[in-house]
Amino acid sequence: MSFEITVNGVRHSVDLPEDVPLLWVLRDELGLTGSKYGCGVGACGACTVHLGGEAVRSCQVALGDVEGEVTTIEGLGTPENLALIQRAWIEQQVPQCGYCQSGQIMQAAALLATNPAPSDGEIDDAMMGNLCRCGTYQRIRSAIHRAAQLMSEEG
Amino acid sequence: MGRIAKYSRRAFLVGSVAVAGGAAFGVWEYKRQLPNPLRPGPGEATLNPYVLITGDGVTIIAPRAEMGQGTQTTLAALVAEELDVDWQQVRVLHGPPAAAYFNGGLLKGHATYTDGETTAMGAFLQAAAEVPAKLLSMQVTGDSTAMVDGFEKMRHAGAAARETLKLAAAQRLNVAPETLRTENASVIAPDGTELSYGELAEAAALIPPPDATALRPASQWKFLGREMARKDVPAKSTGTAAFGADVRLEGMKFATVRINPRLGAGMISHDASAALAMPGVDAVLDLGDGIAVVARNTWLAIQAAEAVEIEWEEAPYPSDTAGIMDTIRAAFDDKANAVMDEVGDVAAALGRGDLVEAEYQVPFLAHTTMEPMNATAHFTGDRLEIWCGSQAPLLVRDKTAEVAGLKKNQVEVHVPFLGGGFGRRSEPDAAVLAARVAVQMPGVPVKVTWSREEDMRHDYYRPAAMARMRGAVSGGRALALEARVAAPSVTRQFSQRLAGFLPPGPDKAHLEAMAEQPYAIPNSRIAGHLAELAVPVGFWRSVASSFNGFFHESFIDEMAHAAGRDPLEFRLDLVREAHEPSALLLEKVAEMSRWSAAPAAGTGRGVALSWSFGTPVAEVIEVQDSDDGIRITQAWIACDVGTALDPGIIRAQMQSGLIYGLSAAVFGEITFDQGEVEQFNFPDYDALRMNSAPRMEVAILENNIHLGGVGEPATPPAAAALANALFDLTGTRARTLPLGKIFDFAV
Repeated sequence: MSFEITVNGVRHSVDLPEDVPLLWVLRDELGLTGSKYGCGVGACGACTVHLGGEAVRSCQVALGDVEGEVTTIEGLGTPENLALIQRAWIEQQVPQCGYCQSGQIMQAAALLATNPAPSDGEIDDAMMGNLCRCGTYQRIRSAIHRAAQLMSEEG
Repeated sequence: MGRIAKYSRRAFLVGSVAVAGGAAFGVWEYKRQLPNPLRPGPGEATLNPYVLITGDGVTIIAPRAEMGQGTQTTLAALVAEELDVDWQQVRVLHGPPAAAYFNGGLLKGHATYTDGETTAMGAFLQAAAEVPAKLLSMQVTGDSTAMVDGFEKMRHAGAAARETLKLAAAQRLNVAPETLRTENASVIAPDGTELSYGELAEAAALIPPPDATALRPASQWKFLGREMARKDVPAKSTGTAAFGADVRLEGMKFATVRINPRLGAGMISHDASAALAMPGVDAVLDLGDGIAVVARNTWLAIQAAEAVEIEWEEAPYPSDTAGIMDTIRAAFDDKANAVMDEVGDVAAALGRGDLVEAEYQVPFLAHTTMEPMNATAHFTGDRLEIWCGSQAPLLVRDKTAEVAGLKKNQVEVHVPFLGGGFGRRSEPDAAVLAARVAVQMPGVPVKVTWSREEDMRHDYYRPAAMARMRGAVSGGRALALEARVAAPSVTRQFSQRLAGFLPPGPDKAHLEAMAEQPYAIPNSRIAGHLAELAVPVGFWRSVASSFNGFFHESFIDEMAHAAGRDPLEFRLDLVREAHEPSALLLEKVAEMSRWSAAPAAGTGRGVALSWSFGTPVAEVIEVQDSDDGIRITQAWIACDVGTALDPGIIRAQMQSGLIYGLSAAVFGEITFDQGEVEQFNFPDYDALRMNSAPRMEVAILENNIHLGGVGEPATPPAAAALANALFDLTGTRARTLPLGKIFDFAV
């Protein structure tokens, strides 16, 4: 069956069964490997993307249920044209192995879109679904505060 | 990911491997040149495996894998420090599998607090390395050794390259080389003439490098000792870093495997008819001990793999956890394999003071790297190409060559970024499985990605372990310490499995962070007992130190309380007599945590100190009661790495090692039933998260006379510091892990 989805502003026609999770459409069909597979059960957050502006676990969204535009880490910013949150991530030297960071950044970006100045507690609540086995949590928290500051300064 | 051959076609390599080789081999002092693995194209020359000059910058070849520990950044900074280049111009690539990149730090071993001796792991590997061929397959990222190995070697590579470039400039300008200086990737003559490294590289490649070049003293360092911008961070912040899981090749198929969950046993029969009828499924392959499904995408492959009906053979070990623990416990009845720290007369001393006795037990643990195991293989009959995030790429080459029936030189291995390693990726199994799949599909590149469930249930686990401890205290001091540790031996099983031989002599690595700790205890005896068990065990961040740190530092705490002393003060008395820099760490964490002030109501604090991988680390952890349960609120870490090459990276590693240890302490437990691991995914085997991880402060001291490792040493004290804090808060002494089964945490 063929489905039309829009990812990072580009329309794609995908001929796959409707129950294939969005994550694997992105990674294996469209070659957008920035979103990661970590658990397949919505327990680690490595696959987090934006669907209609909201952070979702793309491993839990079936292709047939994709409604609205999909934004992945590749659509947020690029090495040549960084999003402010990515600048903050680099400034705070957040990543270690880096595998979870696409999901962390997408989750944090969704938080900042609705809450431009989150408290530590609000950050904890928003980010607790995103696992990091390297334990970069402290720098993630700093980077979110820093991104909030950059956004208020630079809009 | 870097393809060295591609780069070398438009680049020239300069420098001297002879100097580097001498330093690299450490105690072995091999002088012969190792083959340069970088293959020159037409009109090119290569002399040095580490430095590569291109038209627009300098590429430094890092001989170790980047798995988040920052090693490639610091290895590059070591070269750049001597080479005089702008950090912005430096690129880093992982070196191809090659003898030239073998890890001399593994042979040299880590420093002990008593100095001059090699550590247990070093001794083991020296024994293992008596066969030179084995020695050369040690391009290993592990054992917290990258800097121990690279500290001189990488700087010599940079210095030799710089001096060779100066010789080339001297010839070109017809001046004496001593009159030249280098700056910003250029050689500068007294008259101001500047020749870029790029212009000089071709000529320099033809000049024999100088035999030896003095290294710059620390006082002149511009990069080392500072927080460098990590080279991998921009890519990892934009989703553009290529991990093994992200490999894409023309015509590539996606596959997964399902191997017998009774680990090490085979498959009796299977029925793939339902799987083959599923959409997008190309093939179900018989692997003997399981199946592989090849499909249009990974998810379809995973679904189909679950649909295959399989009858499995029985496990070659006791079928449940209780039976396995009985086997480990029975090892106490056997003669000790290794005895260390035999000081004084323990038996007599135990009778003189107040006796303290305790038995501890810890479970098997999985690594659960964020990136599940995977590898990509492309077999074309007479050639095999492998892409695999590996801590031991030469093992990958050798073991995949075996299954493909090829010679080693017919296999090419690429090492992309590792989405976590923690020791798991020192095993070549994922690459071997991919090669076995690819051999059945000649001409088709195939990426084999394990499901999280397959990953968690087919690990080489941190072994379960037990300790029987006895101690005596008298007059507020420790009079005696007797420790007996029983567990399967990681190093012996690894060696048997991958090299086919058992190293001679006692396995002292089994006792790391139990023996040779910086405590002056007048009577002691530390004994290791090895359990024969076929459950696969492997290197898990800090290896035996992960359980011994918990045993030793929990028991020291028990002795302190038996002696009626403050546990930090009790330690300080004993540590100061053994090793002053370690005592300073205890004082530092006491200061940071305001230990001498009474804790707030509902607050508990615990301390622990371990020496592992050449680096002593002291930790204080604070816990608090809350309506939701116990919170781990704060952690203070003080480490002494001797020379802090990059404080930012060291701080990150200390935090990371602590969180890894605490996650295991709170949640980590792998159990068996009917021969199968009972944990499948993160909901069964969780870890600390943003809301449950403590706030951390790190102090880096530099009083130790040796350079120590940083990737692992923060893990061993973590569980004990937490258990000691929980005792302080609740009065309950935890002698088993995970602590989540004993205490109610707010998570």
